[in-house]
Amino acid sequence: MKDSKERSTDALYKLFIYVALITLAVSIVIPVAWVFLAAIKENVEFYGSPWSLPHGFHFQNFIEAFQEARMGEYLFNSIMVTVLALFILLVIALPAAYVLSRFSFRGNKLLNMIVKAGLFINVSYITVPIFLMLLDLDMGLKSLIDNGFLLNNRAVLALVYAATALPFTIYLLSSYFQTLPSDFEEAASIDGAGYYRTMFSIMLPMAMPSIVIVILFNFLLFWNEYIMALTLMPGGNQTLPVGLLNLMAAERSAVNYGPMYAGMVIVMLPTLILYIIVQKRLTQGMTVGGVKG
Amino acid sequence: MSKTKSRNIFIGVCVIPALILMVIFMFIPTFEVFRMSLYRWGGFSNTQQFVGLDNFRLLWNDMNFIRSFQNSILLIVVVAILTFIFAVFFAAILTKEKVRGGNFFRVIFYIPNILSIVVIAGIFSAIYDPSNGLLNSVLGMFQLDTFQQMWLGDQKIVIYSLAGALVWQAIGYYMVMYMSSMASIPASFYEAASLEGASKLKQFTSITLPLIWNNIRTTLTFYIISTINLSFLLVKALTGGGPDGSTEVFLSYMYDQAYGNSTFGYGMAIGVVVFIFSFTLAAIVSHITKRDVLEY
Repeated sequence: MKDSKERSTDALYKLFIYVALITLAVSIVIPVAWVFLAAIKENVEFYGSPWSLPHGFHFQNFIEAFQEARMGEYLFNSIMVTVLALFILLVIALPAAYVLSRFSFRGNKLLNMIVKAGLFINVSYITVPIFLMLLDLDMGLKSLIDNGFLLNNRAVLALVYAATALPFTIYLLSSYFQTLPSDFEEAASIDGAGYYRTMFSIMLPMAMPSIVIVILFNFLLFWNEYIMALTLMPGGNQTLPVGLLNLMAAERSAVNYGPMYAGMVIVMLPTLILYIIVQKRLTQGMTVGGVKG
Repeated sequence: MSKTKSRNIFIGVCVIPALILMVIFMFIPTFEVFRMSLYRWGGFSNTQQFVGLDNFRLLWNDMNFIRSFQNSILLIVVVAILTFIFAVFFAAILTKEKVRGGNFFRVIFYIPNILSIVVIAGIFSAIYDPSNGLLNSVLGMFQLDTFQQMWLGDQKIVIYSLAGALVWQAIGYYMVMYMSSMASIPASFYEAASLEGASKLKQFTSITLPLIWNNIRTTLTFYIISTINLSFLLVKALTGGGPDGSTEVFLSYMYDQAYGNSTFGYGMAIGVVVFIFSFTLAAIVSHITKRDVLEY
């Protein structure tokens, strides 16, 4: 039996826990929700209290963001780059991860070490050298065919994204392939399936759960990335986060807040919707990979 | 075609594209960072001139670099400590206590981690706005006007404002990591401890912490590497290094020198110092936190 004193400290402890949980939840939900509300406010409404609710649905902000700030164009670029980068990444990482985890051959150890070393290379360090490399190649192309096309190129950006995501993706996929029993390959081999058939129609379908996690993580990574996009696209074809950065600078100096918040909504809405759909998988999958960008 | 030959071709077809891409876009650029740091390149001249360790000698006397160094270390320490305390605390609550709506809180806490740093910068410029920002108006509501600050305008405060944003962003991620390792601790340990009359705090320090210690050690390395990286991305989007260079951090200074100022050699020397510094720090931290792994 607990005496009453113990029970009251228990109640106090419970209260403390809920106050802490609710404080953190509020500090996250309120600012995000506030941005959504600010996105439909008229400009005069920003001069009063920040807590006043919007008077009406001022959809003009979104139209301005899409047309004048060209967020529509940036949205299209972002979709192109993200989809293409995910496609390249999967096409290249899946076979590599499969072979590295399930075949023994000379150089296997070395290749696995290269992948692990790649995990330690942070994109922020190599942005400028990649820019210089592409600039150099562009110069060479200009003298050859009078036209350099590697900078400001969405496909090149997608290729860079895919390449820099390879070590993490291969690492994650190989650790999954390693857990699969080898019976399947033996059975396939007895049935006369070649290496390619075995990989495409038996092993890859079995890796579906980890493929989904890889897509989720890299979607967030590519969609949200801005420093590489900013550096490699100085003259056009900007992606959404870079466009938002420009929009924020322009609207702040023009004291025109509505379109700025509309732009923020455009950038974060797709990730929020995706997160709400798949949040369970994402937070579970994270413990498999455990690498922070 | 022989069996081994077709096997070798298969292996090559699968592995070589990945290898080529990693070499071109990761390993050559990394090598270039180190090579270029030994050259005087950019600025006034467009020729590369080998100068040995001159760039590093210049760095040693560059007060702006020293300041970015101090800012980075301050951010790493403050962000790591605060994030760790909050993340472990909330992870322990959500795994050990029967909280109503536990899943709801977990989902909410992870949200900042899926937002782009640019969006986070936008959110925090709304929070920290001096005249009608959310933070100052909340302080005004509670009659705490004396605490109202120019969160992004005051040189003494702005670095802590950045730390606040970084902690806000990171808590959920690390909380989920700690939760998964806490969830694998058998409940019988806690039952036995509470029969013996151990308090909740005692249970936490003598059961939970030692058993997730390995996980904590891994995250300490993450704190160092990701704070260096994320502080750069946030500074670039939120303050641009200002006011007057007071929020300049490691990689933002590198980026400004290399890309903004076009002094590539000097910028890459900064990159080399940061690279070596972060790995040394991670190795030291990992060494001094080494404990025998407890089996259970």
